[in-house]
Amino acid sequence: MRTELAVVGAGPAGLAASLAAAARGVHVTLIDAAEDAGGQFYRQPAAGLGARRPRALHHQWRTWERLRDGLAASSTVRHLTGHHVWCVERNSASSGASGRSERSAAFGVHALLGRFQDEPVTVHADAVLLATGGYEKVLPFPGWTLPGVVTAGGAQAMLKGGLVVPGRTAVVAGTGPLLLPVATGLAAAGVQVAALVESADPKGLVRRLPALAAKLPEAAGYASRLLRHRVPFMAGHTVVEAHGEDRLEAVTVAALDPAGRVRPGTGRRIPCDTLAVGHGMLPHTDLAETLGCRVDGVNVQVDDEQRTDVPGVWAAGETTGIGGAALALAEGHIAGRSIAARLQGTAPDPREWAAAASSRTRLRQFFAAVDSVCAPPAHWTEQVTDDTVVCRCEEVRAGTVREAVHGLGAGDLRTVKLLTRAGMGWCQGRVCGPAVAGLAGCDLTPTRRPFARPVPLGVLARTDHPAEADHTTEEGPS
Amino acid sequence: MNTRLTCDVVVIGAGMTGAACALYAARAGLDVTVVDRGPVAGGTTGAGEGNLLVSDKEPGAELELALLSNRLWAELAEETGERAETGRMIEYEAKGGLVVASSEQGLAALTDLAAGQRLAGVVAEQVPADRLRDLEPHLAPGLAGGVYYPQDSQVMPALAAAHLLRVSGARLLTGRTVTEVLRTADGSVRGIRTGHGDIHAPAVVNAAGTWGGEVAALAGVSLPVLPRRGFVLVTEPLPRRVRHKVYSADYVADVASDSASLQTSPVVEGTAAGPILIGASRERVGFDRSFSLPVVRALAEGAVRLFPFLSEVRALRTYAGFRPYMPDHLPAIGPDPRVPGLFHACGHEGAGIGLATGTGHLIAQALGGKAPETDLAPFRPDRFEEEAA
Repeated sequence: MRTELAVVGAGPAGLAASLAAAARGVHVTLIDAAEDAGGQFYRQPAAGLGARRPRALHHQWRTWERLRDGLAASSTVRHLTGHHVWCVERNSASSGASGRSERSAAFGVHALLGRFQDEPVTVHADAVLLATGGYEKVLPFPGWTLPGVVTAGGAQAMLKGGLVVPGRTAVVAGTGPLLLPVATGLAAAGVQVAALVESADPKGLVRRLPALAAKLPEAAGYASRLLRHRVPFMAGHTVVEAHGEDRLEAVTVAALDPAGRVRPGTGRRIPCDTLAVGHGMLPHTDLAETLGCRVDGVNVQVDDEQRTDVPGVWAAGETTGIGGAALALAEGHIAGRSIAARLQGTAPDPREWAAAASSRTRLRQFFAAVDSVCAPPAHWTEQVTDDTVVCRCEEVRAGTVREAVHGLGAGDLRTVKLLTRAGMGWCQGRVCGPAVAGLAGCDLTPTRRPFARPVPLGVLARTDHPAEADHTTEEGPS
Repeated sequence: MNTRLTCDVVVIGAGMTGAACALYAARAGLDVTVVDRGPVAGGTTGAGEGNLLVSDKEPGAELELALLSNRLWAELAEETGERAETGRMIEYEAKGGLVVASSEQGLAALTDLAAGQRLAGVVAEQVPADRLRDLEPHLAPGLAGGVYYPQDSQVMPALAAAHLLRVSGARLLTGRTVTEVLRTADGSVRGIRTGHGDIHAPAVVNAAGTWGGEVAALAGVSLPVLPRRGFVLVTEPLPRRVRHKVYSADYVADVASDSASLQTSPVVEGTAAGPILIGASRERVGFDRSFSLPVVRALAEGAVRLFPFLSEVRALRTYAGFRPYMPDHLPAIGPDPRVPGLFHACGHEGAGIGLATGTGHLIAQALGGKAPETDLAPFRPDRFEEEAA
């Protein structure tokens, strides 16, 4: 009734780790909420759509084929689809990952499945790899809740997963490396991209050129595509407002000064029916937090083997720090090899993964450079009017948050939440956390979310939680 | 930046009790400064349900304090602040409590308790089994009966603390850790030292809740306040389906228990904002914040047993808090005879929100040198010293 390794997340990191561990004899259960492997990066068109050339929407298609085929061919990786993990529980009696004994498993991975996510399943495992990925950060501005405003990643998911485009005329805005593929992807799909608005200072981009050079060929590719589709690139600019009655009709874009303030009088109105906006990514750390793993800032802390400070728990990919698919693959590969060795009671030899380690180093440096350049405007909160909704779940406005800080003595995210309800709704502050932190002038600290997703009380109350059958004896969906 | 302040009284702790002490002291004409190492409501206040209960208390000093507090809460709720009624700002709701018994035996014990409470001034109405669903239509079938307590009420505790602090007009200094209680040569209090400077005052109120023992130690006295952990489960927002605070008769026994091991008894209530809150667990495990799935499972199981419809309802979040527990389950309220000028207002266990107003009121009377309205003898801060001796 158990597996040796439970991998949570079937994106690049989880797939790479599963295959690396399985190749060394480890029985792996790969658990993911989606119906197909791939995660966000290798999101595939739904089978029913009959896509002829899905690769047109993807980079590194060959890598994906290798992972996909590896997963299909593996007899020791069991892939559980449609499993929404809500908690990883550490069984107190055992310390984990110290051998294939007959002891009780060290971890219980609790998931929900079914159309209504109300059927409980528990996978018992000796070791756990958290490859839970990241999610998009979006900061509020007046008009951001209008229909027609989507996240950059959301626009990309519509392209990759639904083969649909969100509108006819789009502005892509915000900051970070995701904006380029979104703009070129939309343009290639026939959307008129009226502007690509990046808040990063163009001088900063140039200053960081040496570090960014590693990715220059890729960037050059995007640049030529932007050129080909005649997409105007506006660096050092930001969207200050989205306009429209019932849905988006236009945005106002303005220039930023070097301090990150909007330059008065530079506003320009651009008509569009779609605004794809994103301000970078944040790691999913809920499961790690609840397990007690050390989280530094917003990233799960790992050592050179991708181990967290909780014995038996590894982490790889965006959850340890945003760095894209290539970094996730490297980290996943290293984690898989480390886990295989540790489960067999031996210390791994890092020389075996020297290539992955060196690309990990290079990519982390690259994304540190990206991070230092691609930041939201320093004074973005000045554009947020008091009546701008900040927490969409609970409909809390910026003015209410400001009042809690300046009038009621709130000083951190938790107190703002208690006094305003910002972050108490369905998303539990995942969306509004960065915005509330910015408005409150405090750090974005990870919120404790023992339930990584909502759990029916009836599931919690059940004492006879069904366990996944032993994957060495059972095949197919349960 | 270092600051030096002088005032009449320093309240340590910007939680519910500190806020109430500040409010009543300021209304008595004193110049009050409230300091806290964290933000407002950063400790147990921010982790509780906001119960203002008379139903769960046996006749005695605590029940008397609860009845006084209950009256004061109702008065405060009717006041009108700058913008709206205080009651609305703090989500005050006089919704009443319903205690249910699942067995005849439990019902007999509950009926006895209610009889004693009535003599002490509590309104307690016996509810036969076939009338329970008039009060709570979604209750499980098969319960033996219950008692309805119309005086039981609720506030949103963090809002209550923040708004009472604002209404008090007291100076609020958050993010300041008290490092020392300053004393004169004869040993009496002359203020406090913080990382941001000294604050001089002839009186200091220890309203540090679960951390009240640490503050007492800074003044050189012992006060045995211990943490008793509890988890609360919060559901998705729903239209009102649970009208009262509903709990099982076992709860009273759990509250009074001295055991360190886990006890859970279902406590279920709807809130003005929509989510249903589910308690209550009690464990003495120190300040361990780590999540315990078994405890939360037990809470869910108890809640579903009382209200079967909850089985389909989703829990969105859960959090733990630390009740300030004292060995005899009574708070420490009043002047500390061991250190002139030091007052305690902490150790209310799980009843701190409810008892805050009465506590603040009595502390203000003591600060003003008046005879307190209620006998403070059962709450004497030095009562454990004698036992030890």
